[in-house]
Amino acid sequence: MRKVALVVLIVLMTVMPLFAQGGKESAVTKIGVSIPSADHGWTGGIVWWAEKAVNDVKAEMPGRFEFRVVTADNPSSQVRNVEDLLVWGMDYLVILPHESAPLTPIVKEVHTQGVRIIVVDRGLTDTSFGYVNLAGDNTGLGRLSGAWLAKTMKAEGLKNYVAMGGLPVTIDTERMNAFFAEMDKDPSLVNLLGKDKYEFADWSTQKGLSLMETFLQQYPKIDAVFCQDDDVLTGVLQAIKESGRKDIKVALGGAGSKVVYKMIMDGNPLVRATATYHPSMIADGIHYIVDVATGKKPDDFHLANKPTSMVIPSVMVDKTNVAQFYEPDSIY
Amino acid sequence: MVDSLEKKSFATALAGYFGNFKLSEHATGVGFILLFLLATIVGWPNFLQFRNLTNILRQISYTGIIGLGMTLIIISGGIDLSVGSMTAFTGGITIFFLNLFPGDSVLAVILSSMFAIVFGSICGLFNGLLVTKGRIAPFIATLGTMSIFRSLIQYFSGAGNILSNNNLYADIGSGVFLRIPVPVWVFIAVAVVLHIVLNDTRFGRYVCAVGANEQVARYSAIKVQTIKLIPYVITGFTAGLTALLWSSRLNCINPSDCTGYELDAIAAAVIGGTSMSGGKGSVMGTVMGAVMLGMINNMLVLGGVSSYLQQAARGLVIIVAVLLQYNNKN
Repeated sequence: MRKVALVVLIVLMTVMPLFAQGGKESAVTKIGVSIPSADHGWTGGIVWWAEKAVNDVKAEMPGRFEFRVVTADNPSSQVRNVEDLLVWGMDYLVILPHESAPLTPIVKEVHTQGVRIIVVDRGLTDTSFGYVNLAGDNTGLGRLSGAWLAKTMKAEGLKNYVAMGGLPVTIDTERMNAFFAEMDKDPSLVNLLGKDKYEFADWSTQKGLSLMETFLQQYPKIDAVFCQDDDVLTGVLQAIKESGRKDIKVALGGAGSKVVYKMIMDGNPLVRATATYHPSMIADGIHYIVDVATGKKPDDFHLANKPTSMVIPSVMVDKTNVAQFYEPDSIY
Repeated sequence: MVDSLEKKSFATALAGYFGNFKLSEHATGVGFILLFLLATIVGWPNFLQFRNLTNILRQISYTGIIGLGMTLIIISGGIDLSVGSMTAFTGGITIFFLNLFPGDSVLAVILSSMFAIVFGSICGLFNGLLVTKGRIAPFIATLGTMSIFRSLIQYFSGAGNILSNNNLYADIGSGVFLRIPVPVWVFIAVAVVLHIVLNDTRFGRYVCAVGANEQVARYSAIKVQTIKLIPYVITGFTAGLTALLWSSRLNCINPSDCTGYELDAIAAAVIGGTSMSGGKGSVMGTVMGAVMLGMINNMLVLGGVSSYLQQAARGLVIIVAVLLQYNNKN
């Protein structure tokens, strides 16, 4: 009985997609979107903004485009996703790679098949063929955060700070190096962990919470916290609240989550700014490719022998400009 | 006369105890004490502060509580990889349930607490049925439900934070009673109950018997399927408790929270002397294993060990703790 059920299931799963696609061959342009699955707040935002962009385009130009948004929880399944999209017959690919190196060969293969490609956030390791790289500004996030924190601490006579990073990956190192480069310019600011040292909070609220608990235990006087990410900041704030400590005057996250925008708007004494590294960049990528497909933007980047790079600059959001960034419906 | 006799018998008992002292029987305890001393030195002077110790206990209580249930599953010869996803799933659905009630209602908090525990138990029952009725290998069945639970809660929440509208709910997770945080009390209570269940009930003996040798247990007229099913329900129950405690701590839950809980829970059980091949283990060992994992993390941060090397140090301690047990077994 079980075997029969299994066989029926397998047959159904094989046949169903055929029906789903049958009879749809026409002038519609097929756009594949390959992104990481929602394993933390920021990637959750990526999924949301991708869906939003797709729905916006569909509403604006009904029937003109067909989209496939696929998520992957690791680089190798993302490679498989891209292969599947190729079989599906996409004309355009918008991809936010999990990791640059493992995704580079498959994207290059896609390129040789004539598919126009936009790579969002991080670039590829091979820069000898033509695609658009719409890059996030990791150095900018670190630099703006460092400059803002140094200026604020200086202005208020604050001295001691602690720092948290995400995970030991390239983008994290870029952020932290740029942050410390700014902070080190002012020798009066003291990193309690030691010069340019920091702990990894894994971009996780829970890890941020327990790290901050430990820091609060270890250091009797902390003036400022830099934790680089707004999800981590939630945990940091909870630890400060539960400890009842009043010495912390500034807590700076990063990326620009809705919750933190709201805190800035409401005049939270600890949370006064955040540097953007926003998941809406995937929507920028999708709109860009739609512009290329409709002829509003040139597609000659495809034939170039190097990528066309564009950086989405990080912006420091504080009370003065937060209103223009706050999107109440966004999930991030 | 009587006095000296008593003294003598006490002395012989003591001598007998130490004469028969086998490291293998107390490996976890010895490891625990050694690690505690090491942490005291590395983390001096902050490690021994009361607040630091309660911090550690609260930090490990989330995975610790689940580890207690996991211990029973592993003893019965199974495994549950879905506990992390199950916790996030249960926590998220519980907040959706909580938000059905308007305002800061106490009744809503009580009902939601019960809801979390029941919902978790049902998830556990689902795993258990897949393993017993469906006869799917526990590793595979729970690998499947691990993805299912995670994916469902991401779908229901759109992968965004699920916020509670009830401010009273936060009092559970961040509450403190007699200077000890609420999650730690729950951890202790569950540990005591499951310790008694494992050691002093017929069910506990049956779980060991089934894990040691399923065939023999079946010939002894033990209802093997039922005995294998119940530990999954208990683990679901503990995951429900953790979901309640964690989601109420921040009064919100992110669908990506609680990833990797299964590994910490399994590690706690194994460090605590539970055999991965089943049939043998102890709840109190798991308590010590969970606390040891927490002490390692805390000590490495306090000691300023390079953050790149911390995972290596952690892995090393796990291996040494287990080596200490296995090398003395034969």
